[in-house]
Amino acid sequence: MLGQIAYALPFLAQGFALTLWVSLLVVVLSLIAGVILGVGLVYGPAPLRWAVRIFSDTIRGIPILVLIFFVYYGLPAVGVHLQSFWAAVLALTLFKTAQVVEYLRGAVASIPKGQSEAAMAIGLTFRQRLAYVIFPQAFRRFLPPWINGVTDAVKGSALVSLLGITDLMQAINQVIGRTYEAMPLYILGALLYFAINYALSLASRRLERSFAFIRE
Amino acid sequence: MGYTLNFNLIWRHFDKLSGGLLLSLELAVISIAIGIVIGLVLAVWYVSAGRVVRGIIAAYVEFIRNVPLILLVYLVFYGLPTVVDIAYSAQTSFVATLALYSGAYLVEVFRSGLEAVPRGQIDAGKAIGLTPWQRLIHVRLPTMMRITLPALSNTFISLFKDTSVASVISVPELTYGAQWINFNTFRIVEVYLVVTAMYLVTGYVLLFALRLIERWYRTAR
Repeated sequence: MLGQIAYALPFLAQGFALTLWVSLLVVVLSLIAGVILGVGLVYGPAPLRWAVRIFSDTIRGIPILVLIFFVYYGLPAVGVHLQSFWAAVLALTLFKTAQVVEYLRGAVASIPKGQSEAAMAIGLTFRQRLAYVIFPQAFRRFLPPWINGVTDAVKGSALVSLLGITDLMQAINQVIGRTYEAMPLYILGALLYFAINYALSLASRRLERSFAFIRE
Repeated sequence: MGYTLNFNLIWRHFDKLSGGLLLSLELAVISIAIGIVIGLVLAVWYVSAGRVVRGIIAAYVEFIRNVPLILLVYLVFYGLPTVVDIAYSAQTSFVATLALYSGAYLVEVFRSGLEAVPRGQIDAGKAIGLTPWQRLIHVRLPTMMRITLPALSNTFISLFKDTSVASVISVPELTYGAQWINFNTFRIVEVYLVVTAMYLVTGYVLLFALRLIERWYRTAR
């Protein structure tokens, strides 16, 4: 049994690397998209605010799995052809973007109104207010929940195995298909996911502690 | 482009979706009921236990929370029967998985709720001569319940969405119904639009109902 698993290790390592790669892409892309949409939600004109609100509430209201299938099977039906890898990244990014939007909104809302009023009073422009007053403070409140939420991207990425992408989950299933060693391999897989996510949650706890001195 | 929406085939097979939705709700309700029992017992045990028990409970919580649900579903359905001599249907297996899964999240919810019970209430209970057991039943748990109810509602709604993962072991819930229609009629965009609406409406109706219950529970007595 151990020999078989040892033989499969390079294959599992490839899956592990793909899981990390998908997660990283999703985390980076959703951070960019989420911050832009989040600023739109807080400061944008009414139609933009409604659009972002509807986007975020819809995405957060449906299972990620449905979103993944919708993007993967739906896009080709309307004539958009993406590789399954990119369809998966797109779906997970949409899901994660909606979360980032909410973290950003929460973080900005937690900054006392007096701060932006004071910034306005000394004549800072909108961009300066964001860059020098709001964002530096909101950042500290945005970071811990955001890092905590990174584990959601890693866990969500396991669903892309259903699209035939050989991530860690799919690699595990394929090795089981050949060796019939279901239990040891699922446990190995669980430990690998655990290792990634536990490391992330330890990092987020450290960050929370290093920002703990900031209290109103 | 040039895709024309045609919902006829969706309505013809709508029983797959309506039945699926009911099953999704059923799976979520049974799982959270068991999960609440697991969560309550472990949380009460945790706050009064020694280091070893705390370590074991924390390990369970951390393990479940850091592993993808789909892997747990596979592990319980395909993995467990290979080492233990038990047989169960996909549905039972999924409920067991989701119950263990929600239990891990609820231990945390209940534990922080128990710790948030004001010290004065427990001291007052002691002062009027309640035993530790009576203090738990009449003082700590009711107050904890009021504190944790919003978190409990949120957990329930996210579990309702998580039931979609049951489709990977062919439990005929809502997402499975959607895939069936997807593969058999190819009205892909239509079916996912309808299913998205069904998840959204059900989710928001549940949220609204639970918020009403929370408000009633806060003002009652």
